[in-house]
Amino acid sequence: MKNTIARAADSDLWYSFRRSPIVMISAVITLVIVSTSLLAPWVAPHDPFNLVSIDLMDASLPPVWYADLGDSRFLLGTDDQGRDILSTILYGSRISLIIGMASVTFSLILGVALGLVSGYGGPKVDAFIMRIADIQLSFPAILIALLIDGVARSILPRDMHDQVAVYVLIFAIGISGWVQYARTVRGSTMVEKSKEYVQAAQVIGVRPIAILWRHILPNVMGPVLVIGAIHLAIAIITEATLSFLGVGLPPTTPSLGTLIRVGNDYLFSGEWWITIFPGIALVLLALSVNLLGDWLRDTLNPKIQ
Amino acid sequence: MVMLAVAFIAFSLFRYVGNPINNMVGQDTSIAEREEIRKQLGLDDPFFVQFGNFVIDAVHGEFGSSYRHRRPVSDLLAERLPATLELSFFSGMIALFIGIPMGIYTALNRKSVLSKIFMTLSLIGVSLPTFLIGILFILFFGVILQWLPTFGRGEVVQVGWWSTGLLTISGWKALIMPAVTLALFQMTLIMRLVRAEMLEVLQTDFIKFARARGLPTRSVHFRHALKNTLVPVITITGLQFGSIIAFAIITESVFQWPGMGLLFIQAIHEVDIPVMAAYLVMIALFFVVINLIVDILYFFVDPRLRVDRAAV
Amino acid sequence: MKTFTKRLLAVATLAILAASPLQAKTFKWAFQGDVQSLDPHALNETFTMGFMGNVYEALSAYTDDLELVPALAESWSNPEPSKWIIKLRKGVKFQEGGDFNADDVIFSWKRCLSEGSDMKGRAGLIKEMKKIDDYTVEAITPSPNPILMQEMAWLYIMDKEWSIEHKTAETTNVKGGEEGNYANMHANGTGPFIITDRQPDVKTIFKRNENYWGNPKTNITEGIFTPVKQAATRVAALISGELDLIYPVPVQDWKRLEKASGVKPLSGPEARTIFLGMDSSRDELLYSNIKGKNPLKDVRVRKAFAHALNLEAIHKKVMRGASTPAGLLVAPQVNGFSEALNTPYSYDPELSKKLLAEAGYPDGFEITIDCPNNRYVNDEKICQAAAGMLAKIGVKVEVFAQPKSKYFAKVLAQNNYDTSFYLLGWTPGSMDSHNVLINLLSCQNKEKKMGTFNFGNYCNAEIDALTDKVGSETNPAKRQAMIDKAFKIAKDEVAYLPIHQQPLSWGVRDGVSVSQRADNVLDLRSVVLQ
Repeated sequence: MKNTIARAADSDLWYSFRRSPIVMISAVITLVIVSTSLLAPWVAPHDPFNLVSIDLMDASLPPVWYADLGDSRFLLGTDDQGRDILSTILYGSRISLIIGMASVTFSLILGVALGLVSGYGGPKVDAFIMRIADIQLSFPAILIALLIDGVARSILPRDMHDQVAVYVLIFAIGISGWVQYARTVRGSTMVEKSKEYVQAAQVIGVRPIAILWRHILPNVMGPVLVIGAIHLAIAIITEATLSFLGVGLPPTTPSLGTLIRVGNDYLFSGEWWITIFPGIALVLLALSVNLLGDWLRDTLNPKIQ
Repeated sequence: MVMLAVAFIAFSLFRYVGNPINNMVGQDTSIAEREEIRKQLGLDDPFFVQFGNFVIDAVHGEFGSSYRHRRPVSDLLAERLPATLELSFFSGMIALFIGIPMGIYTALNRKSVLSKIFMTLSLIGVSLPTFLIGILFILFFGVILQWLPTFGRGEVVQVGWWSTGLLTISGWKALIMPAVTLALFQMTLIMRLVRAEMLEVLQTDFIKFARARGLPTRSVHFRHALKNTLVPVITITGLQFGSIIAFAIITESVFQWPGMGLLFIQAIHEVDIPVMAAYLVMIALFFVVINLIVDILYFFVDPRLRVDRAAV
Repeated sequence: MKTFTKRLLAVATLAILAASPLQAKTFKWAFQGDVQSLDPHALNETFTMGFMGNVYEALSAYTDDLELVPALAESWSNPEPSKWIIKLRKGVKFQEGGDFNADDVIFSWKRCLSEGSDMKGRAGLIKEMKKIDDYTVEAITPSPNPILMQEMAWLYIMDKEWSIEHKTAETTNVKGGEEGNYANMHANGTGPFIITDRQPDVKTIFKRNENYWGNPKTNITEGIFTPVKQAATRVAALISGELDLIYPVPVQDWKRLEKASGVKPLSGPEARTIFLGMDSSRDELLYSNIKGKNPLKDVRVRKAFAHALNLEAIHKKVMRGASTPAGLLVAPQVNGFSEALNTPYSYDPELSKKLLAEAGYPDGFEITIDCPNNRYVNDEKICQAAAGMLAKIGVKVEVFAQPKSKYFAKVLAQNNYDTSFYLLGWTPGSMDSHNVLINLLSCQNKEKKMGTFNFGNYCNAEIDALTDKVGSETNPAKRQAMIDKAFKIAKDEVAYLPIHQQPLSWGVRDGVSVSQRADNVLDLRSVVLQ
């Protein structure tokens, strides 16, 4: 593990990073969005969820550059409840990012575990797990997520649903992503398994778990992290889509998708800022994460440039 | 196997999610009446009897009645099927006919400016959520320019049980925005896939040999390289067609396109379980059929497989 | 020669003008949802009933000004308090050719009592129905009911022979299948329009019934109805000319419709008052952090709530100036309204804080408000706004917004009024304040059917006594004085927190003339296209 990091830091990666301005820009954008949104409670100009601080009379104000109506307190204007758009975007990206990262982590752990078991265990286990993967793959992720959310929605009482919505989403998005990790890890594991050092370890009686953990896992982590980076963008978009369809997060804890959905009612009425700014934030975030993921893949997998 | 698994999930959904009775009756229905309805619907039978009945009915295309519409689900799906298929077919076509040439071009002319533009556009395409594209389209072409209708299928003509929007001008106009919206994401995927495969093939030995033999570049690219690229492209494209149908849920709800996806999303909101279950089984069926077609296509594109399978 | 040509032209123009009413006039309109079923007895809900009213008719009907007139009945009389004699219109035919007569009336009444019917309550107003001859029926009510014919305007008449032939003699139900559910997808009424094509949630096409007995002013020959759920899409479609009429129009889009050429918003006052209600009777609130006592029982707390609400802000920002802020539970159109009492409580958060402190809650408390999110204009947003305003006096309000079906299932009598704080809208069906006194201000009393919609059970014996007196008082001045007195008490004790009267909000294309009924029903009989 250490080895991988050290290798990455010192050489090719850093070099190609410095050579590509687009990658650098997207890294900066990602960094800015991630840090400001994670620090939202401290950097946001307002707390949009503190009812005491918002005033209905401030509702639907345009951005500051509308000289006649804009208000200097609200850089990007306010929404229909008088909440500062910039602050809701920061808080919204925070939720989007948290859900995205948590679901990627969830499917990464699940996928890597199943992939290792599948690759290292016997052919029966392998066949069983890969069969499930096949079945799961025949359904697009968005459909699975919709379904799980639909089921959760009908099992849980509505007031509870809002509270657990975040976890339901993490599970729904995460569960649909594990197959890719599992397949990659399985392939690499099978290759590693047949190598002599693993066989030697087996012979001297090292427990399978230890072999997996210490010897095989570090070698498959590279591609897994690449998949993870690309998957993060997909997870963020999936979450936004679900929230937009009204089966994601409630308006009381809005993610970027929820903000876009709520603002959509006002888009054609001329109050475009309620939708467009969160939309731009979402696209910027997804785009820069995608660019970074792409670049990671290209750099770590030089066969395809 | 896949079908049975899906049927099982769909059935469990049908059976255990929520209390269907509550969704069906009015507020003043007494408990005795509720029990009566339970019996009529067969909700008191043992689990396996119910599952058996469900599978038998499903094979016959019977999924019970929608709670909300009070009509057989099979009728509802049959009504909505043409809309979704027409939309999916055309966006699939758009994605293929624009995506493949773009992929080939970017693979062959890696350094050209146009390639870079295509690649950047494709990344934006992947990063723009479908619903956002749809909203922006409606805003520009529907509201500001007023060129295209903003919702629905336009004038529809009934040909037998199939309702088609392809026989009227308004039908075609209504198709443009949703089809393009739905196609964009798939298009970028196909383009990137073709590009990647092509690049990989171009680096293989047999292409190098072909070049060494002095065959014209054109012939090398299109006869040898492209043909070998097509195999994985067909697989993915086939599978993508399935995901087009799934992604149609989003497009349909943005454009109020009266297809199965819109029916499904409404069913989720209203907890109309028979519709949800039937839609799932239906989609699973699509995927199985598509996989089959993809397998068959392999035989035609890749002769080696024919020999292999014949031997087996 | 020249003059001749001119004359010829004039004649030709005239001929075209004269011929135009005969030309096809297609009217396209959209609502936010579709009817669930074409069965006229399946769902008792304003939009469904209004929609089906173009195809089916009842014994009586409402005009554009909501006056009650005979429809399929020619006249009626009430010879004894519980007995009605109804004379039926002769020569009326159903759309598929059947004759309308007394058998159809009795059949439809019975059908409304069948299992799947949502009209049981209405049909239950009649205990017994007898045929006297082919065009006369007698109806017996369980107790004297002066407004029977008002209710009968919503009990649509079906053809007995047609229903039996198509095995749909009972209201369609959830069992599904084709059996018995013919009326779900097919309609055969006596009304001015025939449904020729129906795709649920997609489109319904109406054709003019050439044999209609009445003579409505409409000139449309075809109607196309499309449900469009998203408000923004609906408005866009109206502006781009795809539709002739849409409703409802979100209030924030009024300006846009005014600015856009060729369309205009159509608005009018709806007689519906939106208000917040509070549980002022339980010993402990169901949804609050205060245990062992009920803060809302204390009139000072209710007053604090009243003075914390900034109705002007809701009017300006949530309703975009389209509502009428209210201080009473009845709208100006309603009999018994009093201008003097209609001044809203003043907006004075400092006073509220003081009152809360006096009542022993200087730091406020927590409470949940139940709110529908698809019933009234901007209902959920009003609740959110109120939550924001109450937060400023320290009361932390959680907004629990649900679709109307779930909301009503939670807060109505059937579920024992499971709420502590709620938003509701009320239009007195009889357009008289007595209706409000009985339903909203009387103590809950199941036997007497009083206070049925008084979810919070605000209870004052003096108001109950006044309500009884108002019911039998015939002198208008005395009656008004009693109503005023009751409303004054309710206001002083802050029985409710009135918000506003909401607007009717439609959008039409220029050249469409239509009567906007105060009950928000679109009657195609009144639509005239230029």
